[in-house]
Amino acid sequence: MNLLDQFKIWLVSMGWPGWAAYLVPAITGIVVIIAFVLTVVIVFIWWERRFLGRFQIRTGPNRCGPEGIFQPIATAVKILLKEDIVPEKADKILHFLAPIVVFVPILMLFAVIPLSEGAILVDLNVGAVYVIAISSISILGIFMAAWASANKYSLISGMRAIAQMVSYELPVVLSLVGVAIVAGSFSMIKIVETQNIPYVFLQPLGFIIFFLGALAEMNRCPFDLLEADSEIVAGYHIEYSGMKFAMFYLGEYGVALAYAGVITTLFLGGWQGPLLPPILWFLIKVMLVFSLIVWMRATLPRLRVDQLMSFAWKGMLPMAVINLILIAIEVLIIPHSLQWAMVILNFALAAVLILLFSRLFTLGGGRVEV
Amino acid sequence: MTVAINETEIEKKLNEIFPGSVISSEKGSILVDKGSLLKVAEYLKNAPELAFDYLTFVTAVDYLDYFELVYRIVSLKYNHSLIVKTRCSDRENPTAPSLTPVWRAAYYQEREIYDLFGIRFEGHPELKRLLLWEGFKGHPLRRDYL
Amino acid sequence: MPIKTEPFYLNIGPQHPSTHGVFRMRVMLDGEVVVDVEPVIGYLHRGIEKLAEGRTYTQNIIFTDRLDYLSSMTNNLAYCMAVEKLAGIKVPERAEYLRVIFAEVMRISSHLMAVGFFLNDLGAMMTPVLYMWREREKILDLFEMVSGQRLLYNYMRIGGLSQDVPAEFMPAMKKFIAEMPRYVDEYDQLLATNEILLARAKGVGILPRETAIDIGASGPVLRASGVKWDIRKMNPYSIYDRFDFEIPIGQNGDCYDRYWVRMQEIRQSIRIVEQALKQIPDTGPIRADVPLYIRPPKGEAYGYIEAPKGNLGFYIVSDGSIAPYRLHIYPPTLINITALRDMVKGWKVADLIIIFGSIDVVLGEIDR
Repeated sequence: MNLLDQFKIWLVSMGWPGWAAYLVPAITGIVVIIAFVLTVVIVFIWWERRFLGRFQIRTGPNRCGPEGIFQPIATAVKILLKEDIVPEKADKILHFLAPIVVFVPILMLFAVIPLSEGAILVDLNVGAVYVIAISSISILGIFMAAWASANKYSLISGMRAIAQMVSYELPVVLSLVGVAIVAGSFSMIKIVETQNIPYVFLQPLGFIIFFLGALAEMNRCPFDLLEADSEIVAGYHIEYSGMKFAMFYLGEYGVALAYAGVITTLFLGGWQGPLLPPILWFLIKVMLVFSLIVWMRATLPRLRVDQLMSFAWKGMLPMAVINLILIAIEVLIIPHSLQWAMVILNFALAAVLILLFSRLFTLGGGRVEV
Repeated sequence: MTVAINETEIEKKLNEIFPGSVISSEKGSILVDKGSLLKVAEYLKNAPELAFDYLTFVTAVDYLDYFELVYRIVSLKYNHSLIVKTRCSDRENPTAPSLTPVWRAAYYQEREIYDLFGIRFEGHPELKRLLLWEGFKGHPLRRDYL
Repeated sequence: MPIKTEPFYLNIGPQHPSTHGVFRMRVMLDGEVVVDVEPVIGYLHRGIEKLAEGRTYTQNIIFTDRLDYLSSMTNNLAYCMAVEKLAGIKVPERAEYLRVIFAEVMRISSHLMAVGFFLNDLGAMMTPVLYMWREREKILDLFEMVSGQRLLYNYMRIGGLSQDVPAEFMPAMKKFIAEMPRYVDEYDQLLATNEILLARAKGVGILPRETAIDIGASGPVLRASGVKWDIRKMNPYSIYDRFDFEIPIGQNGDCYDRYWVRMQEIRQSIRIVEQALKQIPDTGPIRADVPLYIRPPKGEAYGYIEAPKGNLGFYIVSDGSIAPYRLHIYPPTLINITALRDMVKGWKVADLIIIFGSIDVVLGEIDR
């Protein structure tokens, strides 16, 4: 039973009118979520900078407060104190609305991520599909920002944005459907409850495809060509400063947290684990996934836009489709008690498929006759 | 070792093929008449036993009576080198034939000489100022600039 | 009804994180494909050639530091060699060996920086840069021990060096050279077969052999295109004929080959320094006996070396006085970017940045 539903029933039993008993738990839930997001995002910013520093043989920030834990607060204060500059030729309305359109859907994603046993804002029975649908709205915000900035660099970035994010939706959705087939429902709580063996072992290929697709959706290395610092110098948020830039910045870490939460829920078993309280397990798993994301950022160079598109359409999409077909066949054939057999079978199939696609698929070239 | 080719032999050979082209020669360098510079350069590049395919530096020196253009060419095949010089005596509007059609290495260096000395190169595909901004008056490396 | 299209000019301007210095390119784009590129330079022009005409030969050594400011030792060496050729000065043995050691260590440092920033342009977020700078910091510490400076050394003089090395230099240099090959292997392990590096850099920005010779390219750019031309072997200066080393040649002339040639040159430089450290005489004069104001006889000379970026040369005309009549600096990188247009046509904006990064320019040298 959902925690908020329990709260509502308790309020009704205390004699509150119906509408108040509906509104107060809802608002409490929203406030808790926003507080959680902002706190954990601050921790993420600190952790990324320290961890990235360790990869690069240096300590990260360690001056502001013990071991630099006040550094993100200092960063936030600095960004907020900056002057808000809008270019003269920019489309003022779009320029103003774009950060909002990017940031708000990210907050909306947290409505279906279960933080602990029963701690979810609303248990939609299409929770996983809701995640994909809402995260697509941020793309529109990015394109609005890129177009409205009246800057050629951000225009290039905007064109790349649409191409990248649209083409990576498909593999993500297909691997999600693979999870849903094994779990039997799209509801996030149901998916966690049916994971006796975490789905990362049961569907390794699905995990890899979802993880890479999520990296592309988040514009994170190695797919961060939207804000490629060395080419188009910050891409779509090149003309933003002050609070609007803070919304983009927080949005980037917010979506990393959201996708880390989604990956934890779908593949790593959510809040389940021995000994420790469930919320702690959730946080540990989210930190692990985020550390993996930071690790990829520290080590890999970035892809070029046409290589990225061919990787999505010619590499990941066929693998995602084959993965889905294989999972469907296995669910039909293998009875529920023999799920560990699926583990071995799926690992073998994943290895075979990855080897096959790496042979067939070569990156490189790309010169156009001019 | 990159050997400086024997300049008296080159002078004799060039004066046989293009009479009157080489005015004089001293150690390692030949002084070529401005009008026949392009022909001499093409011959030096294409002659099979010379094969000067690599142009290193192109520069100009302002001796107050004349400008002297200095080119150094090297053959990667035979590992020998030669310095070719030519003179422009006009002080107001010095001109010289451009060697960019023969060796593309001269492209930026001739633009720089135009920028800093004022020598116009005929036949250069895009002769405009390189290091100083468009609209700068004067040519700084001349001895009488400042 | 046909749709009217126009090409779109993008200005990758003088201030940009990836043009290595103040370099401006006017790029004509068709979508993301580069149709034409026009380099615009001159933002760092300081008039060194004109300034040099008013200063004595020894005072001009300071200017040569600031040309390719990432490898000042080799600039000093080229200039001092040109003046010594003009004036007929012979440099003592110990000074020659030390000059070779410093030039080769400078080459290692310059190539580390070039490769690191090439990878940074690819998007690897400073991680390779910081790994390579771990070694470069050790090199800079060695140079600080010797000359007191970390970047612009002003260490060589006409006829030798300005001062002898302190006692702690030799053991530190031996220790550095002993452990350097392990680090180069570490870089190769991380980078040489990196899938994304291969995908982005192999076959990209090819400079064909004939074009490279025609434009007068030199240095790693020429050698990556398959031309075996290294001045240390073809026309040995100083005492390079006493050392045994190889010249790495690339095959295709693409960005990956230019990166690979630089990594191999680091290994060859380590070899040269090892041999020099064995052969160096323990004591000896550091500088030839030259007067305070050198008056070379009337004439001209061209002294050139294999600097890390290519063939760096100084053409000096002297009229017998204490200052040169004309000093001309032949910069390798200005000549190397003559082919930028050919190399970039048909590739995308992302490739333009890495092709430019693989040529490895330093604006101090281009603009002088």
